[in-house]
Amino acid sequence: MDDKIITEDLNAYFGEVHAVKGVDIRIPKNAITAIIGPSGCGKSTLIRCMNRMHEVVRGARVTGRVLLDGKDVYDPHMDPVFVRTKVGMVFQKPNPFPTMSIYDNVVAGLRLNGEKDWKKLDAVVEKSLKLAALWDEVKHQLDASGVSISGGQQQRLCIARALAVEPEVLLLDEPCSALDPIATAKIEDLLFDLKDKYTIVIVTHNMQQAARIADFTAFMYLGEMVEFGETKKIFESPEKELTEKYITGRFG
Amino acid sequence: MRGNEKGTSVLRGKPLSFGGDLVFRYSVMVVATLTLALVWLLVIMMVIDASSSIDTFGLGFVTGDVWDPNRDVYGALPFIFGTLLTTGIALIIGVPLSIGIAVYLSELAPPYLRGPLSFVVELLAAVPSVIYGLWAMYALRPVIVGTVEPFLSDILGWTPLFAGDSVGLDKFTAGIILAIMIIPTIASVSKEAMMAVPDSQREAALSLGATRYETTRMAVLTYARSGIFGATILGLGRAVGETMAVAMTIGNANVISWSLLDPGQTMASLIANNWGEAQDLQLSALIEMGLVLFVVALVVNVFARLMVGRFMKAVPSTGGGL
Amino acid sequence: MNIYERRRIKNTLASGLALACVVLALIPLVYILAEVVIKGAPALSWEFLTSRTVGTGEPGEGIGNAIVGTLLLVFYAGLIGLPVGILTGIYVSEYGNNRFGTTVRFFNDVLANFPSIVVGLLAYALVVAYLDVGFSLIAGAFALAIIMIPIVANTTEEALRMVPNSLREGALALGVPRWRTVLKVMLTNARSGIVTGSLLSIARIAGETAPLLLTAFYSSYWSFSPTEPVASLPLTIFRNYNSPSDVLLEQAWGASLVLILIVLSLNIGVRILMRPRKRKHKAVKRRWMTRLSRKT
Repeated sequence: MDDKIITEDLNAYFGEVHAVKGVDIRIPKNAITAIIGPSGCGKSTLIRCMNRMHEVVRGARVTGRVLLDGKDVYDPHMDPVFVRTKVGMVFQKPNPFPTMSIYDNVVAGLRLNGEKDWKKLDAVVEKSLKLAALWDEVKHQLDASGVSISGGQQQRLCIARALAVEPEVLLLDEPCSALDPIATAKIEDLLFDLKDKYTIVIVTHNMQQAARIADFTAFMYLGEMVEFGETKKIFESPEKELTEKYITGRFG
Repeated sequence: MRGNEKGTSVLRGKPLSFGGDLVFRYSVMVVATLTLALVWLLVIMMVIDASSSIDTFGLGFVTGDVWDPNRDVYGALPFIFGTLLTTGIALIIGVPLSIGIAVYLSELAPPYLRGPLSFVVELLAAVPSVIYGLWAMYALRPVIVGTVEPFLSDILGWTPLFAGDSVGLDKFTAGIILAIMIIPTIASVSKEAMMAVPDSQREAALSLGATRYETTRMAVLTYARSGIFGATILGLGRAVGETMAVAMTIGNANVISWSLLDPGQTMASLIANNWGEAQDLQLSALIEMGLVLFVVALVVNVFARLMVGRFMKAVPSTGGGL
Repeated sequence: MNIYERRRIKNTLASGLALACVVLALIPLVYILAEVVIKGAPALSWEFLTSRTVGTGEPGEGIGNAIVGTLLLVFYAGLIGLPVGILTGIYVSEYGNNRFGTTVRFFNDVLANFPSIVVGLLAYALVVAYLDVGFSLIAGAFALAIIMIPIVANTTEEALRMVPNSLREGALALGVPRWRTVLKVMLTNARSGIVTGSLLSIARIAGETAPLLLTAFYSSYWSFSPTEPVASLPLTIFRNYNSPSDVLLEQAWGASLVLILIVLSLNIGVRILMRPRKRKHKAVKRRWMTRLSRKT
C-alpha cells in the first residue's frame, strides 16, 4: 500500500518545550489511521505539523521533513496556504463561521479562490453535505446560520466545509470529544465511507473508537512514536510493553 | 466560625453591624444617585435658561437657517449642517485608518510590540483638544493650504463640495483634525472586539487554505463587526461633541455652505466661539443650541453603548478634553 | 499570474497597508509633541513661570497665574469628584446587581464620553446663573467634577470587580461586617486600580477647555478667590492662539508645553505604575521551591 504522508525525524517545539520528538511515521493512502496516546503526548501537535498549522502559534517551530506524496511540505518554496488546501483539518470543537449560513460555510474555502459560478457552488454544497451525511438534515435550511444546528451537525458541517476544497488528506483532531454517542456514531460511519477517496488521520483519546474504525493505529507517548501498525495487531499483540500497558488501561 | 453554617447570611445574624451595613449601603446609594439626579436637574435648569429662545423660535429653531445677532434671529440649521459635514469627513478618513490600526495591533503585531503600540495610539486621546487646535493652526494648516487643498481644488473643484478658494480655516481642516482625534477611540474598541474573536475561528479559516489577510476578513472582521460598528458610533459621538479643536480651525462662519473649503461652524464650536459677548436672547439661543447638542450626544452615545456592550472599558475615557 | 500569486500579493499589500495606518496615526502625535517642545521651550524661564498673564503682549508676562489656576481647579474638582466617583463606583460594584445599579452604570458610561461643552453649560446653568455666583473658580471646578465623576466611578468599579471574590467571602466568613469588608479589604486590594483611574481623570480634566470657557472664564490677576474668575492653562492657549502678538503666541506655546508635560507625565506615570510586578513573586517562588527540593 502506498504511503500518502511520510514524516522523517519530525521534531516540533513550542518555544523551549519539545512536544514531538524525532517521529518517523508512514500514513497509508486511502485508509484510516488513528493516533492514540495519553493527554499531552503530542498527538495533536503531530497532525498539526502535517498541514503546517503548528507554526501558526507564536514561538512554535518544526524541524525534519513531512513528505506529502514525496514532496516536503516544509520545503522553503512550499506555500503553507497551498499545503492546507491539500490537507484539510477538522477540530475538536466544531467551529463553523457564525456570521455565515450553512451554504456559505461549506463554500467558504472555494470562494477564496474566486469561485463565483453559483451552479458550481450549488453542486459542491450538495456533494460535500452528502459526503458528510448532513444533506438530508439541512437541505431545506441552507440559509440558516451555521451555528443554528446541533453540535453534532455543526461538526459534520465542518467536515463538509473541509471536504469542499477537495483535499487529499483529512486530519481530524479528536472530532467527537465534544459530542454525544449518537453524533459520534454518525461521524464514525461517515469516516468509514470517506476512506475510499481520502486519506484519513484521526487523533483520538478514545481507544475503542480507534479499534472500531481505524485500519492502522499509532501509539504515542511523551512526544515519541512508540509503535505503529495494523489496528488489529496493536490491540491484540502489541510489540512494545508500553503499548500493552496503555491498551490494557494501566495508565493514561 | 460563626454565622457560616449552610448559607446563613452573615448579615442577618449580627445585629451590631447590621445597622452599619445599612447605613453604608444607603449612603453609598445616595451618592451614586446624586450625580444622576444632579445632571437631570441641571438639564431642567438649562431648559429654563433657554426658555426665551424656545418661546421665540419654537420648532423653527431647528429648521431656521439664519443666525444673526444683529437682528436677534437665531436658527440651528447651519450648525447641524456644519456638524454633519465635519463629522462625515472625520468618519470617512478616520474609520478606515482606525480599522487598519486595529487589524495591525490585533492580528499582525508581534506580541512585544502590541502593548507599547496600543499605548501610544491611546496617547493620541490624551492630548488636550486645545493643543490639537493650536497645532492645527500652525502646523497642519500650512500643509493643507499649501498642498492638499490646491490638489483637491484642481481635481474636484468643479463639484460643489470643493468649490472656491480657502485659507485653510474651513470644514475640511476641521474634519481632518477631528479624524485624528477620533482614531484612538475607534481603533482601541475595534481592537478589543477583534481580539475577542476566538482563535478557533482563525484556525478554521487558515485550515481551509486562507492567507492571513483572507482569514482576517473572513473570520475576524465578520465576527467582530457589531463591535466595530459600535466603535464607529462611539467615534461619531466624540466627533459631534468635539469643541475646541474644531472652534479653532473651522473659520467661524455662521452660514450654510456646501463647499468643504468654506469656513463653517458646528453646534459645539458655535457655543465656544460666541459665548464671550452673548447676551439675553443670543445667550438663550446658545443654551438652546447646547440642549440640541445634549440630545444628539445622548442618543448617539446610548446607541453606541448598546452596540459596544462589553468592550466598554476599552474606550479611552481619558480623552484629553473636548 | 495565477490566482495563488494574486492572493499572496493581496496578503502582503494588506499587511503593509495596516502597518501604514499605524505609522500614519503616529505621525500627528510625534509632530504635535515636537512642535510643542520646539515652540514652547524658548518661552520657558523662571520669569515666565512666575509672572502673571497681562494680555497686552508686553515682555515680562508669564503664565504663573494660569498654572496656579489650573492646579486649584483640579484640586477643588478632585475634592468633590474623587469621593463621589469612588463611592459611586463602590455602589455599582457591590450593590449594583439590580436594575437600578445597571442604570447608574449605564449612565456613567454615557456621561464619561459626553461633550464637555454641554457639561460646561450645565454648570453654568446652576452655579453661574441660578446661584448667581458668576464666572468663578468654583463654577469651573464644579464643571470639571461632573466630568471627573463618571470616569472615576468606572475605573473604581472595574478595579473592585477584579478583586477576587474569595477575598470578600473570606472576610465575610470571618465575621467582618460588610461595610468594613468593602472599605478595608476590597479597597486596599483595588487601590492601584483606583489610584490610576483617579490620576487619569486628573490628566483629563487638566486639559479641558470648553467647560472652563463657560464657567471659570479668565483672569489676569493673582487673586484666587473661589467666587472670582480664574486663569487656567488651556484657556491661556485658547485666548492667544490667533493673536498677532508674538509674545502672546509664545505664551500659548509655553502653556501648551507645561500642559502637555503634566498630562503626559500622568499618563505615562500611570502606565509605569500599572506594570505587573512579577519579578518579586518569581524570586520568592524560586527560593521556596529550592528549599522544598533540598528536603526531598
